[in-house]
Amino acid sequence: MLLGDEAIAQAAIDAGVSGVYAYPGTPSTEITEFVMNSKEAREGYVHASWAANEKTAMEAALGMSYAGKRAMVCMKHVGMNVAADAFVNSAITGANGGLIVVAADDPSMHSSQNEQDSRFYGKFAMIPILEPSNQQEAYDMVIYGFELSEKLATPVMLRITTRLAHSRSGVLRMPTRDQNGLKLPSNLKQFILLPAIARKQYKTLVGKQTDFIALSETSGFNQYTEGSDHSMGIITTGIALNYLMENLPDRKVPFPVLKIGQYPLPKSLVERIYTECSSLLLLEEGYPVVEEMLRGYLNHGKPVHGRLDGTIPFDGELNPNIVAVALGLADTRGRDIPAAVVGRPPSLCKGCPHIYSYNALNQALETWSKGRVFSDIGCYTLGALEPFNAINSCVDMGASITMAKGAADAGLNPAVAVIGDSTFIHSGITGLIDCVNDNTSVTVIILDNATTAMTGGQDSAATGKIENICRGVGVDPEHIIVLNPSPKYHDENMSAIKKELDYQGVSVVIPRRECIQTATRNLKIARKEAKQQ
Amino acid sequence: MKRDIILAGVGGQGILSIAAAIGMAALDSGLCLKQAEVHGMSQRGGDVSSNLRIADHEIASDLIPFGQADLIISVEPMESLRYLPYLSADGWVISNIKPFVNISNYPEMDKLMAEISSLNKHIALDADEIAKNLGSARSANMVILGASAPFLEIPVDKLRDAIRKIFGRKGEDIVNLNLGAFDAGLDFASSRMG
Repeated sequence: MLLGDEAIAQAAIDAGVSGVYAYPGTPSTEITEFVMNSKEAREGYVHASWAANEKTAMEAALGMSYAGKRAMVCMKHVGMNVAADAFVNSAITGANGGLIVVAADDPSMHSSQNEQDSRFYGKFAMIPILEPSNQQEAYDMVIYGFELSEKLATPVMLRITTRLAHSRSGVLRMPTRDQNGLKLPSNLKQFILLPAIARKQYKTLVGKQTDFIALSETSGFNQYTEGSDHSMGIITTGIALNYLMENLPDRKVPFPVLKIGQYPLPKSLVERIYTECSSLLLLEEGYPVVEEMLRGYLNHGKPVHGRLDGTIPFDGELNPNIVAVALGLADTRGRDIPAAVVGRPPSLCKGCPHIYSYNALNQALETWSKGRVFSDIGCYTLGALEPFNAINSCVDMGASITMAKGAADAGLNPAVAVIGDSTFIHSGITGLIDCVNDNTSVTVIILDNATTAMTGGQDSAATGKIENICRGVGVDPEHIIVLNPSPKYHDENMSAIKKELDYQGVSVVIPRRECIQTATRNLKIARKEAKQQ
Repeated sequence: MKRDIILAGVGGQGILSIAAAIGMAALDSGLCLKQAEVHGMSQRGGDVSSNLRIADHEIASDLIPFGQADLIISVEPMESLRYLPYLSADGWVISNIKPFVNISNYPEMDKLMAEISSLNKHIALDADEIAKNLGSARSANMVILGASAPFLEIPVDKLRDAIRKIFGRKGEDIVNLNLGAFDAGLDFASSRMG
């Protein structure tokens, strides 16, 4: 029984991967955690580590591919934005050792700020995309993906969504492969994207498109199932197939069905379903990517139903009911939720250090008008909710510092940034350098809980380094102060923050106390070890 | 045969250990299984649920369709009601009645209890109290699992085996406490069903 994420991790190990790189992000985190905890991976000296961000992870994976070994890089969909520069260019360099980029999308935004569809990135970079419909396929596609990557010397994207990533099912393993030895590319200039070489490499990539489509045509992951009723043809991508099947108790669909699991789209199969059926229904988990291609901007062809014409809601993930309604079946919704039931949003844990940081900050800011606090991505984003109402923005990793800078440049004074330790390393440092270079008047609060808390407590690359980094980029050491975010230091913390808010320059305030979750966990481990001794 | 189960609770209450026990027992009984979990942000004190699907045939969707859940198993009373659109007309609700109050607008208990009582097929029990009386306050989960056991269509011994496996590495005492909690829940449900 493996989570989709775990199936991907196990498959990479079985396929002879030598390195797995990632930055934690729901719903992708468990892939790398599984490799880190795998005895087989340890025994095989598989390199598995958390990178500073998705871009550095992508580049390290590309470097391992350059050296001839198989590499995998894992991230959530918005991580693709961070890694995009390296990702898109890796399609031009091509791969040497097998290279798989796992993008875990989060439609319905269970733990994200948008629901962008990573298939656009795969298409944009012009590389093959694999999209599993279940956990077994996720496993099989990693095995196949490495073969495909090495055969055609191209990075391959594996695109999954939350429900596959975080759902368990039985998975059968295949025979394991050995890791590759060190073997540099035969052309040592292949990875130099100087214009003259890049133009050549790009032509090579364009030339590969025919091969990519040919492979999609014969791929076992793309399946055409004939149906007797040609009034409609159904195209499913990824896990949408399961929701279709769920609505047909005997698993028999009267309509022709084209299941897509490998891109670029298999042209002749698409041609066939389009020609043989009088209308099409598109079931895609994510944006209407295929739907848009078949419908065309002007929609002058056959009727194509899906997210664009409202047959399926434009936003949010699919489920069996949405598909039932799209098929014209009855909605089986049971009793309504009683009126007494109220929402229960996530909240900061009891004893969480962020609570006391926000209490001190809120009081320090009392004398100024509201709307001055730019925040970031992490548990502390929950400071947006009652009773804190402490922050005014959360956009992307690192945006707290740079948005505070822009607002300060516009005349907002004081302007405050609130960022976590791990997010600071991910994308905060460069923004802080901008502030120092412009001597912007900002107060940067780096909440140091010594972990990447929201994704489950992975090690933070910031631990023990924050003051040195701030000093190193040029923040005046007199304005780098460390606080203990505990109730007994409230007054002290409040006045320290107030003092820095008054300072006209860059100041960094570091409330430092370990995350209550990891602290409890570490205490348990320590007790257990003490007991054993 | 199929059993579609929604497990409900609040992040941190450990519904996944109930899921793990049922899942292990189901696999041990040769059944197919799919289990969708919630990870990430909601785990911080928000409402969480898990879709557990067991069948003697292949299962298509990871998610349970509306109106088809045979069981809602909840470790918290308000959370047991949140998933009613998923419950089938003759489905059962097994719920703890000990509230987990981490929001300021938590509804009055009378209202929640009236809603739970209005369901014709329900088992409501104070699992925390039962577990505490057995000297294992942290085994409320296993009390709830025990109370659900008569509805799972999985042999009770397979469930007991799963508890032994899950808690085995914590020692014999912990295993026995959890088995005791399971049996107390099972007894409670059996007495209610006459």
